[in-house]
Amino acid sequence: MAEPLLRIANLTLRFGGLVATDNLSMEVAPGELHAIIGPNGAGKTTLISQLTGQLMPNSGAIYVAGQDITRLPSYERSALGLARSFQITSLLRDFTAADNVALAAQAHAGHSFRFWADARKEQPLREAARAALKRVGLEERADVLVSELSHGEQRELELAVALATRPQLLLLDEPMAGLGVTESQRMVALLKELRKEFTIVLVEHDMEAVFALADRITVLVYGRVIASGKPDEIRSDEEVKRAYLGEQHAVTSQG
Amino acid sequence: MKSLLNPRNAVVALVIAGLLLLPVYSAVSGNLFILTMFTRIVILALAAASLNLIMGYGGMMSFGHAAYLGIGGYAVGILAFEGIGSGFIQWPVALIASALFALVIGSLSLRTRGVYFIMITLAFAQMAYYVASALSRYGADDGLTIYKRSSFGPLVDLSNRTQFYYVCLACLFGGIYLIRRIVNSRFGLVLQGVRSNEQRMQAIGFNANRYRLVCFVISGTICGLSGALLANNTDFVSPAVMYWTRSGDLMVMVILGGMGSLFGPVIGTIVFLVLEELLSQVTEYWALIMGPLLLLIVLFARGGIMGLLGRFSRG
Repeated sequence: MAEPLLRIANLTLRFGGLVATDNLSMEVAPGELHAIIGPNGAGKTTLISQLTGQLMPNSGAIYVAGQDITRLPSYERSALGLARSFQITSLLRDFTAADNVALAAQAHAGHSFRFWADARKEQPLREAARAALKRVGLEERADVLVSELSHGEQRELELAVALATRPQLLLLDEPMAGLGVTESQRMVALLKELRKEFTIVLVEHDMEAVFALADRITVLVYGRVIASGKPDEIRSDEEVKRAYLGEQHAVTSQG
Repeated sequence: MKSLLNPRNAVVALVIAGLLLLPVYSAVSGNLFILTMFTRIVILALAAASLNLIMGYGGMMSFGHAAYLGIGGYAVGILAFEGIGSGFIQWPVALIASALFALVIGSLSLRTRGVYFIMITLAFAQMAYYVASALSRYGADDGLTIYKRSSFGPLVDLSNRTQFYYVCLACLFGGIYLIRRIVNSRFGLVLQGVRSNEQRMQAIGFNANRYRLVCFVISGTICGLSGALLANNTDFVSPAVMYWTRSGDLMVMVILGGMGSLFGPVIGTIVFLVLEELLSQVTEYWALIMGPLLLLIVLFARGGIMGLLGRFSRG
């Protein structure tokens, strides 16, 4: 197998007595869509936050394309091509949709210690913003303030912002959270497109979506990996069924 | 054109015209006091505008901004005392000293947020205050008289009231124009992004604190210029210009006029200082009236006076 794009080795993070990430190791190959599932409190978001640098692990290491990024601050990880979307929408609410995306593009197009020229008139940045917005179907809403966008539109904007940083690895934390049925279907269709271009780590509760999209699935329970493999293997894994899928058995037998 | 002709822009245009024509009025009416008073207003408006850059656009509540008034002022005062009267030396020194001070306290204060940031900037400004009080060679507590204003050769004569007023006004308008450019530049957008959502900005690749620090230094430098002007205006500099209540006054001016609006600090400074003057003629307890007024603004007009005017223009 080729060198993994993302390798996590023996990662551990404790919050006081609680072990949120427990000696966790996993790999993500270039080009794959790797889903991470697990019941509430399994430590999925905590893991993503360690990957992007919002949280620092107590021990263990994270490698991206062979480079150790365990102690890098999040803005340097972004420069290396790591981009995340947040489970709880995290955008610049008093900026327009286009400004949000253009800033993400700006972060990866030269330095920003420029004090004189009007940044909103920089065509390459505006073009990049327009392209990313179009990608997620928001081009009509470019000049609307984020605080006036619907929840579904904000979820799509999260994705557009991540895309505009020109990532090599997309970390998506529950992109479907809070979406209605139609919106979810649109999001799944969008992710199907994106997986052709990007390596994606997807945290998601929507099992139907996960089994439809994922190349590989890793199952977390209490911060530990209890299984990892192809969707079919996960579906038939006894431990997974016991620990997690039991309650959602109906969904898996459909799939 | 419709968007240009709203009450907010009308008030701004009126204020600009008024400030430009004020010396004419003063000369015609023979009212010298108003020119003296507005010179002071223009100088402090520049300080308030610089504070607005970090407070309004950068989201940093600095409670030590008066320190730069003192540093700029002492740079002029001390150099004049030591026999260096040229403004071409005094003013750059005032700016550089302010920038360095901002760099040092900024890099320490910016490790903290919120209340701690307010407290640590306050503490640094008070340290500057006590250091100035201990400068026995330069008058210590009693302050330092400046016998000759900064000299710019044949270019401009600062001891001429009208010329000095216009120099101050040029600095104010220049400062606001600079801030306007900064706010809309790449740097300015990052700065406002960090104010809005720091975590998001870090995640898309910006080192938030570097931008904050640079903004802090720019703001301190502009305020240092205001300090140099202030010392020339009063022909005197003393530790009192750095006292924490002065920093508080500057914050009030910014909030009153409207945080994060380009011209708000100018309006805020005019209203604050004119009210102070009028009320103090009525009663020595003028703060008893000013206090509740500020309370009303904070409670009912979050965007200050500029915010209120903006509301009218939409309605």
